[in-house]
Formats: sequence, structure tokens, C-alpha cells
Amino acid sequence: MPQEENPQEPERIPFFQRVLENPFLLLFLGVVVPTVFYILWGIMEIATIPVAQ
Amino acid sequence: MARFRVCPDSGFYFDKSAESLMKVNAVAAAVSLLVAGIMALGVILTRWQEVHLLPADLFYQALTLHGINALIFWIIFFEIAIMYFAASTLLRSRLAAPKWAWAGFVLMIIGAVMNNVAVFQGRSSVMMTSYAPMQAEPHFYLGLILFAVGALIGCFVFLGTLVIAKDEKTYEGSIPLVTFGALTACIIAVFTIACGAIILIPTFLWSIGYINHIDAAMYRLVWWGLGHSSQQINVAAHVSVWYLIAGVLFGARPMSEKVSRSAFLLYILFLQLASAHHILVDPGISSEWKVFNTSYAMYLAVLASMIHGLTVPGSVEVAQRAKGLTKGMFEWLRKAPWDNPVFSGFFLSLIIFGFIGGITGVVMGTEQINLIIHNTIYVPAHFHATVAVGTTLAFMALTYLLIPVLFRRALFLPWVAKMQPYVFSAGMTLMILFMLGAGTLGVSRRHWDMDFTGALLSFEYPGTAYVMMAVAGIGGVLAVLGGVMYLVVTVGSLVFGKKLDESAGFLQSFGLPLPAGTYNISRADPVPMAPRLAVEEHGSAGFEAPGTFVLAMALLVCFVVYYFINWDYLSSVWPLS
Amino acid sequence: MTSFLPPSERIWWKVPIGRQELVWIGIALVWCLIMFFMMPYWHLYGKQNLSNEAYQTTPASFQAKVDDMIKQYQVGEEAGMPVVRPPAGSDIYMLGRLWQWYPILELEKDKSYRLHLSSMDWNHGFSLQPVNINLQIIPGYEMVLTVTPDQIGDYAVVCNEYCGIGHHTMLGKIYVKEI
Repeated sequence: MPQEENPQEPERIPFFQRVLENPFLLLFLGVVVPTVFYILWGIMEIATIPVAQ
Repeated sequence: MARFRVCPDSGFYFDKSAESLMKVNAVAAAVSLLVAGIMALGVILTRWQEVHLLPADLFYQALTLHGINALIFWIIFFEIAIMYFAASTLLRSRLAAPKWAWAGFVLMIIGAVMNNVAVFQGRSSVMMTSYAPMQAEPHFYLGLILFAVGALIGCFVFLGTLVIAKDEKTYEGSIPLVTFGALTACIIAVFTIACGAIILIPTFLWSIGYINHIDAAMYRLVWWGLGHSSQQINVAAHVSVWYLIAGVLFGARPMSEKVSRSAFLLYILFLQLASAHHILVDPGISSEWKVFNTSYAMYLAVLASMIHGLTVPGSVEVAQRAKGLTKGMFEWLRKAPWDNPVFSGFFLSLIIFGFIGGITGVVMGTEQINLIIHNTIYVPAHFHATVAVGTTLAFMALTYLLIPVLFRRALFLPWVAKMQPYVFSAGMTLMILFMLGAGTLGVSRRHWDMDFTGALLSFEYPGTAYVMMAVAGIGGVLAVLGGVMYLVVTVGSLVFGKKLDESAGFLQSFGLPLPAGTYNISRADPVPMAPRLAVEEHGSAGFEAPGTFVLAMALLVCFVVYYFINWDYLSSVWPLS
Repeated sequence: MTSFLPPSERIWWKVPIGRQELVWIGIALVWCLIMFFMMPYWHLYGKQNLSNEAYQTTPASFQAKVDDMIKQYQVGEEAGMPVVRPPAGSDIYMLGRLWQWYPILELEKDKSYRLHLSSMDWNHGFSLQPVNINLQIIPGYEMVLTVTPDQIGDYAVVCNEYCGIGHHTMLGKIYVKEI
């Protein structure tokens, strides 16, 4: 294990911490999630309302 | 090139261009609040049926101005200032692209003025929501679009500053929690502004005749991506402000970085879905969509708010106990600096946001319960608890903190400042509680006359509804007084406040930099990591913040009881299916 | 002083969470799930739900349906507006326009009706008082819901979506009678 051999080398940063330290990944997620679930799904709902007889 | 000054009282670093931008954005915010506050007085004195101040046309005009200035211009100008503070000052970084930041600011000013002019001219009294096919004048929409573009530039300046700070290693480790909260606000703002562009640009083209039809249901759906998410920017921003104030006043540290940051991540992912709260009784949208979106994907964003509700006061309690205020459950709170408006504003904002704003918001955002609440005056009551107390009061508290630090002025009339959070929140709370009551009795929001003067048919609200609206009126007037006190203190401080720095003159209060010699640091030392705790506290058997836990459980009990009361009320109305 | 300083640990993700926070997160999560499942529960067992049945329509075609109902079932007139008593169980129509809810409906207690609602012009808010049932009425869309008035009385339909200067004069009526 390199980190035990060499205490100088920084410990590997856990996956979730790396996610939280990546502003542009967060920006991507924060725009895509509501766009898909709220906007796109909502537009599909409205667009598929049948026409009255 | 020397670019930073360090505030001798607080130790905060200010980049020269970021400092000016923070000042001008904060001043523009205060001006918006002034317009919003004047209009608020007209609105509340008209809704108080015995006073019924304004005629119908002026009432709707005032209400439109109040809504847009308070909910859009005041908060977003202030949030831009907060973002620059969180990125530049807290990370000791130069601001990215100051020229772009100024261009954004100028666009925001032009947009805000243009929009206000449109409404003042009298033919755009369409409310903040401007539901198509009701049409405003083209410059009403154009103003909002320009403002949004300017704000978007501000968001990218903030993100750019994060990149610069990381590249130039102006801090050690990860960005501070407060900056992370500001990043959350920024991300929500980008989504908000994108929705605004998607809906307002076609609406603008429609108003000048290039497009002949805007679908009314689509408009509502996408507009609320703007209208509601803009208020979620506030939630992220004011939670960050709470953490900041707790840190500055008490040296509070987050109870757990992992928990607080994960809670912000839940905001980033799910908070915007709550735009669906406005669409719950619209025709034709499935219950699956409504249930999923209105609950922020199984209430995960509510979970996040409940977490912050524990960790913010919890961090204060831990810090206070470390100073020896350990007697009983609440000595830490009793002996808090209640006469410091920074603290009282912060804590009242937290309590009222959680107990009133949070609970009512979740209750009325429940798919079926919305049937008995939609578009009643219960709705503005709720969002006054969240935005007018939660966000606005938190921003007011932050202003008191920043006047000496950023503007280098002592507070003007400190005794007024001391009373201001109490007057403002007492007035607001009174107004909110009685508007909630009136909404339960069916009183409509955005309605000039609860007597229905001139209608061919008739309907009378119960007498209690009139009493409630009158008490709400008294509360509203008191809240406006609190707003006046805030503006007297802030504007007074900027103009007459004692100069803490000889060169902090009149023009410097409104954005001019201090003399060049003041910015004598060309490269600041990197922001150090927070000192480690001397003792390992985790893993102990007891709770670190028992008083806060009791408060949180009290919140939960109120929440549960009130939630089921509303289901019971719903079960008594006509069966529908 | 740490909320606004970088975390004291470089790898803060691995710092254990205090017991108090864990307990609270657990309690809050359970409560969030209860609130979430209340909504589907009410769809199954509650009596107040929207069917979300709706159609795209036009003002003209919706107006024609309203006029048709009035022609068949009109029983009187009040304030210049027709009063209509459609048979129990039938499709009934009400339209919103600047500034009235049209026509006046007379319903039988404890009978179900399929109520169709639409707007001729702008958004309107169908707010049935004093029951306090509130629906958003959008032009171009016809909303259908089954209502079962369970108390006799004179009910007002207030418009609670701002619709211009005469918004406050926009009132309608639904009478519920024992027949």
C-alpha cells in the first residue's frame, strides 16, 4: 500500500467527497434532475392531454 | 499588483473589485426593498377591509410591484453580493472577470428599472406571475429577461472565482461550508434562470406579436420553474448565512461537514422539484407527477431542511457549551447575545422559518391538502414566513454584520438596530398567523375586495375572516415599520455612520473603492484549515447539543399534529374524485 | 471559527457522525416517508382526490356544451344568469370568463355529478365557498371531476386567480338541495 509506505502522499479522497468537491458536476446534476423530472415529464403530461370530443 | 485589504476588526480579506461589487449589489437590494416595502403598506392596508385604502387598479399595481421587487430584485441583488463574498472574501481569491461582473450588474439594474417602469406606467399590473394569456407590455418581460441575464453572469463569475481560487491555491483543503451553501444557491439559480429564459423569451416575443399563442398550462408549468426555484435560491442562501453568522458570532463549527454538505446536495438535486406545489390542482397532470415532484422525491429536500434545522442551532449550542454555558438545557440560548441584532435576526429567522414557514409549506404542498389551500391567502402567509422572515430577516442580520466589515462604518442608531429584528418578526408573525387563519376560512389571495362590491351575485365571508384580516393588517403595518427601521439603520450607517476607516467616505459607501494604499496585500496567505478540536468529542454516550434536540423534537411534534389536523379538515369537504 | 473556514480534516467524509445527528436524521427520514406515503394512501382510501381527467378544448366548443346543457335543463334565472338543474349523475358544465362563473347550477344532495370546468379567456380560480375547495381553471383545457355535494346550502364560487380589474366581482353560485 503506497500510502502506508509513504505518509507524505495524501490519502485517497473518498468518492462522495470528490463529488461534493466538483462544482461543475454538481451544477450538471442540479440542472439535469429538475429538468428531467419537473420540466420534461411535466411537458409530456400536458402534451398528452387528449382532445375533447 | 496589490489588490486585497484585510479588515482589521474581523480579519476578512476584500478583493478591491469584489468589494465594490458587493457594495453596489447590496445597495441595489436595499433600494428594491424600499420599493417593495412602500407597496407592501398599500397592499396590506387595502386587504384590511375596514381601511380598504387603494382603489382596485392601484391595488393590483402595488401588489405587482411588491411581489416582483421583494421576491426577485431584493433577494437576487443581495444573493449576488453573498456569492461574491462567499467566493472572493472567504476564499481570499481575486474575483473572476470583474468586468463581466460589472456588465452583469448593469444589466440587472437596467432590467429592474425597466420592469418597474412598465408596472408604474399602469398597463402591466399582471402580478409577478404574469400568467399568459393575460398580457403585459413588452418591456415588462424584457426587463425581467435582462435582469436574469445579468444574474446569470453573476453566477458564472462566482463559479469562475471558485476555479481561480482552486488553481491559485488560495485555501487549503475543501471550500468552507458557507461557500458550499452559496454554491448550492448558485446552482439552483442557474436552473431558475434557465426556466425563466425558456418561458419569458417566447412570452416577450408574443407580446410584440412574433408568436401568436402561448399555451396557458405550459406557461404555468415552466414559469413556476422560475417562480418557485427563485425562492429555493433563498433557502440555500439563507441557510448559508445562518452558518456564517453562527461561525462569526460563536466560532461555531458544523457538527459534521459530511452531514451538512450532504444536506446541501439534497437541495441541489431535489429542491427545485417543489415548483410543482403550484401545479397540484391544475387540469390534466397525473398524480404520479404531482406526488413525486411535490414531495421533492420522497421529501428528501425536507429531510435536508430538517437536518439544517438541527445542525445550525446545534453548532451554536456546541460552541456555547464549550465556553462553559452548560447549565440545564438552555443556558446556552438564554445567555446568547439577544441584544445584538445580528444574533436576534439570525435566530428569529431560523425559528420562524422552521416552525411556521417550513411546516405550512410542506402541509400545503401535499397533493390533496392543496385542494383546500390553493390560491387562498394561506399561500402568501406561508411564503412570508419563508421569504420575508426566513430569508429577508437573515439578510438583514447579515447586513448588520457587514456594515462595519465591508462598508467600514459603525451602525447608525444602534438602539434602533437592536429592536429591529423583534419589531419586524413580531409584525410578520402576527400577519402570517392571521393570514393563515383567514386562508383556512377561504379568503382569496390577490383579491381587492372581500365584500365583492359590484358583483351581480353575493357571498359573505364569516365575520371572523374580517377580524383576521384586520389583525393581519395591524401585523403588516408593524412589519413595514420594522422594514423602515432596517432601512433607516442601513442607509443612515452608510451616510452618517461613524467612519471606522478614515477614508470610508460617502462615495465609498456606494461602491467607490477606498484609496489605493488601503489595498496593500498583493497575495494573501492561503485560508488555513479550521483548527482541529483539542478533544475528540464524537463517540461519547450523550448528545452534544441536547437543548437543540429538544427544540427539534418540539418542531417535529408541531409538524405531525398540524399535518394531521389538515388531513382531518380535508376529509370534511365534499367528496371529489 | 470554522463554518466559514475549510474543514479541519482534509478527508472530512470519513469523520464519524455524532449520535445526536444520526438519531435525528433517522427520525426525520421516517417522518418524510410517512408524509410521502400519505398521498398514495389517500388516493386509495380517501374521498377527496382529483381524477386528473382533462381534455384540450377551445372556448367555442366548451361554450357550446354549456349552452347545450342550459337549453335542456334551465329551470329559472337569477341576476340575468340561467339557473340549471341537470339530472343527478349527469355531466354538468361551468365556465369562467371575465368576470362571471356561468351558469348557476342546482344540484341534489348526495348525488354525484361529473363537473366540467374551463375558462373562456384567462386563468381563473374556482374557489367553492364556504367549503373551500380550490381549483385552477386554465383556458384551452377542460377539467373533469366527480363531485358529491354532501350538505344542502347556497354555495358561492369565488374567483381566486387574479383576472384583471373586475376580478373581485367574479362570483358564481351552486345550490345544493334536497329534492
